[in-house]
Amino acid sequence: MDTVGLVLARSLILAVALASLFAGMTVIERKMLGYFHLRLGPTRTGPWGLLQPVADGIKAIVKEDIIPRDADRLVFRLAPIISVFTALAAWAVIPVGPPVNIGGLTIPLGVADPPGGVLVAVAFAALSVYGVTLAGWASQSKYSLLGSLRASAQLISYELAMGLSLLGVLMLAGSLRLTEIVAAQERLPFILLQPLGFVIYFLAALAESARVPFDLPEAETELVSGYSTEYSGMRFAMFMMAEYIHMITASSLVTLLYLGGWNGPVFLPPVVWFLVKLGFLLFVFIWLRATMVRLRYDRLMDLGWKVLLPLAILNLVATAVITVFVA
Amino acid sequence: MVSAYTDVLIFFLVGAAFVALNLTIGRLFRPHNPYPEKLTPYECGEIPVGEGQAPFNIRYYIFALLFVVFDVEVVFLFPWAVVLRELGMYAFVLMVIFLFMLVDGLVYAWKKGVLRWV
Repeated sequence: MDTVGLVLARSLILAVALASLFAGMTVIERKMLGYFHLRLGPTRTGPWGLLQPVADGIKAIVKEDIIPRDADRLVFRLAPIISVFTALAAWAVIPVGPPVNIGGLTIPLGVADPPGGVLVAVAFAALSVYGVTLAGWASQSKYSLLGSLRASAQLISYELAMGLSLLGVLMLAGSLRLTEIVAAQERLPFILLQPLGFVIYFLAALAESARVPFDLPEAETELVSGYSTEYSGMRFAMFMMAEYIHMITASSLVTLLYLGGWNGPVFLPPVVWFLVKLGFLLFVFIWLRATMVRLRYDRLMDLGWKVLLPLAILNLVATAVITVFVA
Repeated sequence: MVSAYTDVLIFFLVGAAFVALNLTIGRLFRPHNPYPEKLTPYECGEIPVGEGQAPFNIRYYIFALLFVVFDVEVVFLFPWAVVLRELGMYAFVLMVIFLFMLVDGLVYAWKKGVLRWV
């Protein structure tokens, strides 16, 4: 039986795992970008620069925390908290593998698996808009304000396409429970049945985690650092943390919804399959960053509203027709 | 456990504790030495001009309004999508009518030039 203690233990393990994954991702991304650019990336901190996140962490902790003169102090402090919390919260419902049997106990590999799991994950991913918007608003600085306005408009535009393409998966799976959605892909991953939906969802996920080519919220060549311009020390690090956790969440959701989750040939255990797919998607995120150029803002909005949204509606209707008339 | 959502709540508490730990740990180590120049909003080293709240494009507001309309409709579609296979034809026809209105709204906004940035 699932006791409070077990749930708490799983929650703690997951929180530590996510924090470590965030730390690992920062150095892996810098290393990989380095190799993409034919340079070495960080090399001075530990072997192969692997202790870079430790150095970054210490720096973030000992830096002075500056709150600008005109800032709304309460909201200014609240914004990074909202960002990190909403990024973490989505993980309450994301499973990384089927339940395992250890000494007669069946332990699910995920904190919880509620019937409306997808909704919780999507809702908290969407709530992250608040952290970004409030940060820019509370800073009372022009760069921050412009960055946060861009960010909010971008996030809400791509959320529509994301939600609509997600509906196709829900129709095929007939469930909102993430473990059941994965179980429905035992024979065929949904990427084969929903290729258009996958492309829309993946692009929207890129935009939702504000990654290149959709990284306009922090277009550093024009907006300094966008919504986080006025933040320093740990609070700034928390925005970075939220961004990376979002990237990991988005990749996990794509894995679970479209790539068949932990389903795969039997020569690898299910959890490893999940991690392989997740790792590949994270690599694609970094690869895109090294390859693509940033979109212009009007093109970004056009892509969201005039291309992805109509295509997502088309995909939805096509899937519904097939579900009702063929299946 | 009573329900899976209690587990979700437990994780939320762990998440909140994690955030609190992150924010308080630095308090022991970091310096605190504010002076007026340090506290000015960043404007490339110049003295800030005017207010922090710069005027911004009304477009942002319009897109936010459009988003609210469409997002509420998407929310209605979620339960429909999950049970569509069981309800079959009837639910399909009803939702096609609903979707038609959604698409109609989008086409109208598009034709009116609301979706045009600049």
